[in-house]
Amino acid sequence: MPTLGAFIEAGTLAEWKIAPGAHVKRGDIVAVVDTDKAAIEIETWQAGVVRELVARPGDKLAVGAVLAVIEEESGAETAAAPPAAAATSGPAAPGPASPAHAKASPAARQRALELGVALEGITGTGPGGAVTRADVELAGAPAPPETTPAPPDTTPAPPETTSAPPETTPMRRAIALAVERSNREIPHYHLAREIELTRALAWLAAWNAARPPAERMLPAALLLRATALALAASPRLNGFWQDDGFRPSPDVHLGVAIRLRHGGLVVPALLDVGRKPVVQVMAELADLANRARAGTLRRAELTEATATVTNLGDRGATTVHGVIFPPQVVLVGFGRISRRPWVDGEAVVAREAVTASLAADHRASDGHEGSAFLEALARFLQEPDQL
Amino acid sequence: MSLPDAMTREQVRAAVLSVLAGIAPEVDAAAVRPDARLREQFDLDSMDYLNFLIALGRDLGVEIPEADYGRVETLDGCVDYVLAHR
Repeated sequence: MPTLGAFIEAGTLAEWKIAPGAHVKRGDIVAVVDTDKAAIEIETWQAGVVRELVARPGDKLAVGAVLAVIEEESGAETAAAPPAAAATSGPAAPGPASPAHAKASPAARQRALELGVALEGITGTGPGGAVTRADVELAGAPAPPETTPAPPDTTPAPPETTSAPPETTPMRRAIALAVERSNREIPHYHLAREIELTRALAWLAAWNAARPPAERMLPAALLLRATALALAASPRLNGFWQDDGFRPSPDVHLGVAIRLRHGGLVVPALLDVGRKPVVQVMAELADLANRARAGTLRRAELTEATATVTNLGDRGATTVHGVIFPPQVVLVGFGRISRRPWVDGEAVVAREAVTASLAADHRASDGHEGSAFLEALARFLQEPDQL
Repeated sequence: MSLPDAMTREQVRAAVLSVLAGIAPEVDAAAVRPDARLREQFDLDSMDYLNFLIALGRDLGVEIPEADYGRVETLDGCVDYVLAHR
């Protein structure tokens, strides 16, 4: 079982994507593992022939546990590497250990486990036929609820504060672990800067006017792309604090905080945003958001972010004072884009603007570098056609 | 999905609700307030809303330009718009 991202220490094998005897190559998807945060597709880094599937669907596995045995083509065996999907020519032969994939949200998978209901037997009513939590509840309902109402309780209910266990969910606990460690270990400093977006939004409106919805871009794509360019120019901010030192990253992989409809959030990464034009960033962002909500993220997407962006969106608050995801050293925040008073020469005019903020690890950088980053970010956003 | 060329208001309403359920599966069709903004009512972010417009175009054959977003903010607004543009 490979590492699955910060603060995920175990996962439950949801399904195999391979069968014994299959030839796998590096990077093939071999299994789906459910975690507190998301269902994650596991790739193999080992090429060869699948000899044995050690873990079974439903098994809870710690990071480091053996999932399967893959035999290298030369004959040597390698354990612990997660095995991979099909040979290049076609899908792996379905075997008993390779059940049909049921599309389901992470919440639905979680609930199905709790209720002991098989996802495969449930008709999904969600997007693309995905099984939703409500579908699972319906399928798992033991019997119709009693039809006779209980007699009214005449004794006063005890105050709820005394003994009721606190409300929590696996995702809430995972988030709690992450932010506790962050606030315990990272000496944050916070900076913010208002950035005018008149040009950026005019450019975006012109782009979108001529295109169908599926090809339109959201302001988030411009903000992410500009952030990546500014981080690439700020090497002290892009990378990891590890072993009492800073390790800069040559690439910019941006973690994007995505809110899930049933509560909580996941922070998968858009890979190599520094080298991708804004149109591609938008397409990948849409794909990432849809897959995060469908619960089909890839492991690399949950482990490789070099910095994180949180965007409160167009109905959110004005300013984010972020919490850094260790071992990263910055979190970049964008509040709501809004019209606000803006000084232009001697006049005050109404302009579209956003408040960009930086939460940074003071061990790795100082306020001067953080300020330079926000200046660079503002500069990139004034030249949208260069993004 | 293929829908008849001539649709009644009720048919359009049902089709719009079906698109909405694809974006926000927990939505109870009977509880949708026809004159309240969908984004506030169902906590749709800008990506959800873009997906909603993409699906409306795909399922109902009505492409909504960005300049008209203000006319499709509510269920009634969507139904009126689709009826006027199909």
